[in-house]
Amino acid sequence: MAMILYALKTILSTAMDVLPIIIFIFGFQALVLRKPLPHFSRLLAGLAFVIIGLGLFLIGLEMALFPLGREMAAQLTSPEALTGGVGDWHSYLWVYFFALAIGFATTIAEPALLAVSMKAHDVSGGAISVWGLRVAVAIGVAVGVALGTYRIITGLPLQYFIMVGYAVVVVQTIRAPKLIIPLAYDSGGVTTSTVTVPLITALGLGLAETIPGRSPLLDGFGLVAFASLFPIIAVLAYAQLSASIEKQDAKRRKEKDRSESGLVEES
Amino acid sequence: MKQNLTAFWAHTKGSMRDLAPIVIVILFFEFVVLQQIPDGLLGIGIGVVLVVLGLTFFIYGLELALFPIGDALAVALAKKGSVFWLLTFSFLLGFGTTIAEPALTAIANEASEIAAGAGAIPDTEQAMSNYVLGLRVTVALSVGTALVLGVLRIIFGWSLPLMIISGYVLVVGMTAIAPTDIVGVAYDSGGVTTSTVTVPLVTALGVGLASSLRDRNPMTDGFGLIALASLTPMIFVMAYGGIIQWL
Repeated sequence: MAMILYALKTILSTAMDVLPIIIFIFGFQALVLRKPLPHFSRLLAGLAFVIIGLGLFLIGLEMALFPLGREMAAQLTSPEALTGGVGDWHSYLWVYFFALAIGFATTIAEPALLAVSMKAHDVSGGAISVWGLRVAVAIGVAVGVALGTYRIITGLPLQYFIMVGYAVVVVQTIRAPKLIIPLAYDSGGVTTSTVTVPLITALGLGLAETIPGRSPLLDGFGLVAFASLFPIIAVLAYAQLSASIEKQDAKRRKEKDRSESGLVEES
Repeated sequence: MKQNLTAFWAHTKGSMRDLAPIVIVILFFEFVVLQQIPDGLLGIGIGVVLVVLGLTFFIYGLELALFPIGDALAVALAKKGSVFWLLTFSFLLGFGTTIAEPALTAIANEASEIAAGAGAIPDTEQAMSNYVLGLRVTVALSVGTALVLGVLRIIFGWSLPLMIISGYVLVVGMTAIAPTDIVGVAYDSGGVTTSTVTVPLVTALGVGLASSLRDRNPMTDGFGLIALASLTPMIFVMAYGGIIQWL
């Protein structure tokens, strides 16, 4: 009984979060555009699916994954689980491994990233694969979160890491294929929402609470910033890598076909 | 009906595949590293089923409603040809979806505790709730501004790398002069603004707008709105922290 009440409450609060957006859009539609949206009843059904889906998703996370994830973060960062002294960066081996694994796994499950990947796949005419993009972003988040835990453990200033990251993005932007750049920038913002943020925040807070000299309020922050910066680098790197492989392939093919004249050169 | 069920089952299989990595990671750490059996296995099982169902419904609704709505609005606004209404819509969409964002409220509450602890604001309930409201309005304004800038970029074909890199320069410059307590909050506020419902809508809007304008490529011009919406909050929040500190 309590379970059903809780479920209804969560779906209701999701509806309350989504409702202002829906009212605004339909209001704008009616007052400014004055043209009905096509397939109105189908849209309403779709919105109901979005609300129910997001509600069930959050309930399930809260029932199963979040408590386990939080408990695990607390256990792994507690002094007993360490392989060496508290505050030594190399005694936190399992923590880095957990950060890598959980960063990757939560990003794959992130609904907002899936939405953007589906759109990118459509718009690029299939040139960008949904899974390729998601895996690239997930690797970026994994590395970002692991580096972020290293920063909390060593107490190095957040700004230095972010500035170096920016510098890398700028250099990559100059050299990467132009087509991918806007998508790569966007992938930074979409990774950190429903699933990823609660789990990595728990990890950051666990670390900041157990290491002497760290304040949970000051050092617990910053993991989200890492998780939004590194996917940009990872997606740009993925594009650079596939472009250079393609170029080598094209070169090899050209050498093979050298005898045939009048061949259109591939770029 | 049968067709719908087949589609639904295909989506469900997709959701299971999406969630498999998390389940594997948690099982591995539970059994191999920590060597324990978690309490309440039944609840956990039900939870996992709900997550799979929820993700399936969400993706179904995404294709049925969120993408078409974003597309239809972009096309209708482009057809109307009024830049004023397009910008008004973008600003209100950004402001409206951000001000109510639960993740932002959570981060603003923590930030007010930091500010009170550092002595930037008086340690009273009134001052702290004012600070929280100020921070939420600041971030909402910044997202509204970001969407306006992003839509102007799509219309006029401005260079996104140039805008983003100028933003980075501004962030780095402001980091040097902003109060140190606000820096971590500011950096994180960029990540929390773009929620699961906003992202598909805004992406569809940008891509739809770029597709309906001549000379614009949906791939190079349509994306980028989310990037701007994750960057401007950092700048605006550091400015807010500075203003509060120095006034």
